[in-house]
Amino acid sequence: MIIIMNINKDSTWEELTPGGTIYDAGNAREFKTGDWRSAKPVFNSDLCKQCGLCFPVCPDDAIPVGKDMARGDFNYDYCKGCGVCAKVCPFKAITMEEEEK
Amino acid sequence: MSIRERLSGNEATAFAMKQINPDVVAAFPITPSTEIPQYFSTYVANGQVDTEFVAVEGEHSAMAACIGAEAAGGRAMTATSSQGLAYMWEMVQIASSSRLPIVMPLINRAISGPLNIHCDHTDAMASRDCGWIMLFSEDNQEAYDNMIMAHRIAEHKDVMLPLMVCQDGFITSHSIENIELIEDDIVKEFVGTYKPAHYLLNKKEPIAVGPMDLQPYLTEHKKQQAVAMENAKIVIKEVSEDFEKMTGRKYDFFEGYKLEDAEYVIVCMNSTAGTVKETIDKLRELGVKAGLLKIRMFRPFPGEEIAKALSNAKSVAVLDRVPLVSATGGPLYEDVVSGMFVEGINVPTINYTYGVGGRDVTVEQIEKVYADLQGLKDMKEPYRFLGLKSK
Repeated sequence: MIIIMNINKDSTWEELTPGGTIYDAGNAREFKTGDWRSAKPVFNSDLCKQCGLCFPVCPDDAIPVGKDMARGDFNYDYCKGCGVCAKVCPFKAITMEEEEK
Repeated sequence: MSIRERLSGNEATAFAMKQINPDVVAAFPITPSTEIPQYFSTYVANGQVDTEFVAVEGEHSAMAACIGAEAAGGRAMTATSSQGLAYMWEMVQIASSSRLPIVMPLINRAISGPLNIHCDHTDAMASRDCGWIMLFSEDNQEAYDNMIMAHRIAEHKDVMLPLMVCQDGFITSHSIENIELIEDDIVKEFVGTYKPAHYLLNKKEPIAVGPMDLQPYLTEHKKQQAVAMENAKIVIKEVSEDFEKMTGRKYDFFEGYKLEDAEYVIVCMNSTAGTVKETIDKLRELGVKAGLLKIRMFRPFPGEEIAKALSNAKSVAVLDRVPLVSATGGPLYEDVVSGMFVEGINVPTINYTYGVGGRDVTVEQIEKVYADLQGLKDMKEPYRFLGLKSK
């Protein structure tokens, strides 16, 4: 039996699952954690050589990579701004900026 | 036909576990509960059960292994006492909040220090609000019977809470008494198989157990636990009635002994009830209307029912088998009197700490309590020691 979970911060005690058990796999995708960020990586595609060093070090899979193994711009829904990618980039194609919002 | 045997409380408990035949038993030895996993591991070695026995390195791990096994969809059990329960305390609450109906015999023992290995109820009382159902047992028969009823209560879909079966360390755990056992096949039918609605090893429904539960959710999950505890009252009644049909042995939230017309009532739990009954018989011959209210179901606490049962008494003494070190009453006393307060019943009720660290409780001491109750003039001295040596 697959239960479709529809739980949010206004759910009542009658609506929550017992013990908070999550009856659904892969649902971390629905939990957008990018708003935890205080610093933001900015991608400069002109400087990027597609060397492939940045995306393996991202702890949150926030750097999308296409079938051609080329990276795209950051997925800010999940990027927490740790800055590891900016540190490993040999070409200064990633710069960290203060999050404004 | 039932089987007549002579078993200690620990043997009777281990025997019940053999008949229940759980999927996993994870336990660590600690006096006085050590014999339970010891006997049980013999059953495992002899191939008399199908259980996976996990010889863990401590009680924290014992409860953690039970949590994992129960979440996976199995039936898991352990047993402990005193410091063992203290050491697993963290996981005890993970079990209840994750709604895993683990069953654990708790062989009551003092909590150190100074170091003591003998009976009192400090271990149980220190865990009384951990969200577990707690049943108490006067003798070996009650300990066995509570074990047989445990899974039906804990695993009920409206409950899904872990359950402790308490009995007095050494006093009943190591005393051999006559006991009536139920045949294996009848126990098997009564206990049934565990069929959880959701479990980790169900490949058709991948689930996550024990997630983060921040400000928007924890209050509501605790409300669910509170409702489950309320539901447990109904289920305990139903299961006890079914058990009575099967064995003829009647169990309720509490047992009254000569309680109906009693003017002076003692409230207590576990083995001391036997001493109180003996004393009541003596006093009744002298014309003293003494009575007993022995609590079997401590969590959920039947405050309303207890208050009503005590409403016609002239005075009541609640015996707490824990040290009173809080400058107020003991845990059992506070639960009883708050039940009375809520029901608007105002019977003078005093509190004794007794039997701490295995101190023997005698008929003479219980007679002293009934004498105090008969002479009770006011509530100037509500918190008292029983059997204290003083100048």
